[in-house]
Amino acid sequence: MIESLDPRIKRAAISTDNNIEPLSPLDQWETYEVFHQKKRGDQHMHVGIVHAANPEMALVFAKEQFGRRGLSANIWVVNTRHVFASTYEDADIFETTSEKIYREAGGYKVMDKINQYKKSQKA
Amino acid sequence: MYGNAYIDPNEVNKTHSVLADEDPKLLAEFEARIERGEKIEPKDWMPKEYRKQLIRMIEQHGHSEIIGALPEGTWITRAPGFKRKLALMAKVQDEVGHAQLLYSAAETLGKSREAMINDLITGKSKYSNVFNYPAFTWADACIIAWLIDAGAIINQVANAKGSYGPYCRALDRICTEESFHLKYGHDNVVTLATGTPVQRKMVQEALNRWWPPIMHFFGPSDKISSHTEILMKWKVKMATNDDMRQQFLNMYVPKIWDLGLTVPDANLKKNAETGKWEYTEPDWDEFKRVINGGGPCNAERLAVRRNAEERGRWVREALKAGQTAYVVPFA
Repeated sequence: MIESLDPRIKRAAISTDNNIEPLSPLDQWETYEVFHQKKRGDQHMHVGIVHAANPEMALVFAKEQFGRRGLSANIWVVNTRHVFASTYEDADIFETTSEKIYREAGGYKVMDKINQYKKSQKA
Repeated sequence: MYGNAYIDPNEVNKTHSVLADEDPKLLAEFEARIERGEKIEPKDWMPKEYRKQLIRMIEQHGHSEIIGALPEGTWITRAPGFKRKLALMAKVQDEVGHAQLLYSAAETLGKSREAMINDLITGKSKYSNVFNYPAFTWADACIIAWLIDAGAIINQVANAKGSYGPYCRALDRICTEESFHLKYGHDNVVTLATGTPVQRKMVQEALNRWWPPIMHFFGPSDKISSHTEILMKWKVKMATNDDMRQQFLNMYVPKIWDLGLTVPDANLKKNAETGKWEYTEPDWDEFKRVINGGGPCNAERLAVRRNAEERGRWVREALKAGQTAYVVPFA
């Protein structure tokens, strides 16, 4: 092994046989889901998670992790525990959605009827 | 930045016997989904081997970002000039941020962050082999920022088209930031290479030192690592080691020669007929020796990491709230 070139090693007098106790569960706290808004008027978008001990800390980490480049207007953090989600296994609940054209503007062909009516009036 | 995931050859030949336990119907659906170009999400059914190999690969990638920040981080205080100190700090922060993103992606597969950190600091998990070498001079830090990050981008751009949703999303974000690292590194190398004779000599010597680790970076030659078939089929691995190495040589050797620098391999040349680069086969015994703990900096890197973990422990304990309960993240 070469002598260290790292000032840290010397300053902190780090030895290479510094065995430590393993981290215990929750040492890295819980996770928070992060929602980022690029600019006012945009929707907040889910961008990832941070580990934090409390919501205030999660906001600080979220700012560092997801807001250190480009535009940012606002960030939300939500404890992962508090997210209630649908499952991909139940994705069939969305299956018929695209068939329900009576929910869409395009499902209503009024011009066809109007044109037909006008034609019948002229005749 | 990051090194191509290292797969222990002793571990992988079991792949086919592992698959024998899987439900053939679920396996077929899973493979069809990947074949259609759809992403796999955390709660989807997946073969045990897929989960295991992804955890290993994403975790290793995360560790590489953390350990890779050490040889660079040590140069912050010694970087020439205020602007370069700022830029290097930003780069090191990015690398540590990348580790956070990657650990999060691996967590969705069911391995806790604590378990990943424990496996790193006890030496159980691997990380990119290149970081077991020292950054002797400022020029070494510049070569790392340019060429190691260039290699990382080739690897990550490929993997970003893989099959696992959370990993792809993390890589998209990472690749965007890496483009700054590459430009920053290139700028630094160009400054040295177009500078005084002393600067040119310094950067050439750093390149000479880093060339063998750079050639190792993409992992063992396809000739001796033939276990990637199923991982390619599942889009866990998106390009072979040799293909990525070729791509790297094709993009960067001309840029190195442009600066009047030389590459310390007399056999390096592009074969005009095949369009492929020819080079001296890297020393894979050295690679294995170093990745298994025998490199000049292995012990030191892990010692620094353990030291950071230990000194931060009381802060993390003090901040722990009363009624916390861990839930695996969603995406």
